[in-house]
Amino acid sequence: MSKKVYKLEAKNLNAYYGNFHALKGIDIAMEEKAVTAFIGPSGCGKSTFLRTFNRMNDFIEGFRTEGDILLDGRDIYDKKIRVDELRKEVGMVFQKPNPFPKSIFENVVYGLRLQGIKNKAVLQETAEKSLQRAALWSEVKDNLNKSALALSGGQQQRLCIARALAISPSVLLMDEPASALDPISTAKIEELIHELKNDYTIVIVTHNMQQAGRVSDYTAFFYMGELVEHSKTKALFTSPSDTRTQNYITGRFG
Amino acid sequence: MFHLNSTFSTLRKSEKIIEGLLWLSATITILVTVGIIWVLLSESVSFFSEVSIVEFLTEKEWTPLFADKKFGILPLVAGTFLTTFIAIAVALPIGLTIAIYLNEYAHGTFRAIIKPLLEVLATIPTVVYGFFALTVVTPFLQQFIPGLAGFNALSAGIVMGIMIIPMISSLSEDAISAVPRSLREAAYGMGSTRLQTAFGVMVPAASSGILVSIILAISRAVGETMIVAIAAGQQPRLTLNPLVPIETITTYIVQVSLGDVPHGSLEYRTIFAAGLTLFIFTFALNNISFWIKKKYQEKYD
Repeated sequence: MSKKVYKLEAKNLNAYYGNFHALKGIDIAMEEKAVTAFIGPSGCGKSTFLRTFNRMNDFIEGFRTEGDILLDGRDIYDKKIRVDELRKEVGMVFQKPNPFPKSIFENVVYGLRLQGIKNKAVLQETAEKSLQRAALWSEVKDNLNKSALALSGGQQQRLCIARALAISPSVLLMDEPASALDPISTAKIEELIHELKNDYTIVIVTHNMQQAGRVSDYTAFFYMGELVEHSKTKALFTSPSDTRTQNYITGRFG
Repeated sequence: MFHLNSTFSTLRKSEKIIEGLLWLSATITILVTVGIIWVLLSESVSFFSEVSIVEFLTEKEWTPLFADKKFGILPLVAGTFLTTFIAIAVALPIGLTIAIYLNEYAHGTFRAIIKPLLEVLATIPTVVYGFFALTVVTPFLQQFIPGLAGFNALSAGIVMGIMIIPMISSLSEDAISAVPRSLREAAYGMGSTRLQTAFGVMVPAASSGILVSIILAISRAVGETMIVAIAAGQQPRLTLNPLVPIETITTYIVQVSLGDVPHGSLEYRTIFAAGLTLFIFTFALNNISFWIKKKYQEKYD
């Protein structure tokens, strides 16, 4: 009997910041080309968990993990894994838009330049395709050489998404991607997530439960470093099986 | 009520006195600066009433203490430029490498050890650096460079470079660590290696701060006196050859100040003209760095 290989999996994952036990025995499996939302109160470990999938926590001194994180069945904390290669496969969009202080064009092709691609036509084509996918092309196509810092916050965030898409990852991690944006920009980002899930596996951390309800297929509720509940979004919001989930989504704490 | 009032008035009196003292110390600082500039300028004016500015700037020899007096500042400027250039050529790559290493690679404990050690370099008296250059570096270099004179710009410049490494490394490190963390995360998130992050994102983003550190280091090297006075020689000559004795502006001023040149003579006034030249250089450099700093701060606020 062959076991099903999930896109992303965590097996009995524990994580520590020094002595602080941040993630406690997490087991989760996420389907390919689905959107999974991580919700939970501040400090519950959802961002820490998200960042284990592209090993962004490696830079934090004293951070360590036990257990396995699997991408397509491969352990990404294996010594043989090259972290920079992993991050090309698992793209990330951060809470605050963080474009480089370069032109719009240079931001989008940054990842291609890292790979040593110099062919102008290839760069142009990828830039256009990625900006279109990120629903930003029509707004910036005449100003590709303008500084990315001159864009609005919402545009910057979509630029960061375009930048991540340009190197064709298969997974997109989003760490509260709309929390610093106005409602209109937020709606655009959510719309975009709907579009992108046809091609990418998306994991999104959000504080906003309505947003989780709108964009995700699955939702995972974290509380005090534990994964309390993980199920289809509709099921989790309409009939949570754990009282802690129930209390959180009805606004009794957090 | 009366009691309260009296405490209040004594408080106000002591406050007034302290305020006055603060004002006085600020004023004294300004007055001293103004006084120095005034002396520099007035002595220079009387120097330039006897020697034309054109001669000062274009004459290729500097021999005020010889029978055949010539007053061309160029040899001294060349000597200063040469030692400064060598110093920066040594300090910039090493200082910048240290800054990048400390920021992107080093772990907490290692950084905690290496940073104070670097500061030690900055506390060594320059006279010690000077005879280190003369008695250690020059003989060492002479084993590889046969034509190297006992006094030369090369070893003085190298040692001066070592002296200003901490200046470049600590100022550059500040500049690099002032780059928002989100930019570093963006670079790593895109799959950049540490090296690609450091040189592709962090250094360019910190470039204005790094530039400020270089300019301040140049300013320091231009004004440095002891090392060049001891190790570079006292022979003003218009050359960019680092292997022969030269003389910098600062060394010349030391030479005349310590020598038996009669006060008030034209020879004596040369040091004010030389000093003014030096002052213009360092003043301009400091202003440029100030201007860059200001622009840079606007960028990230």
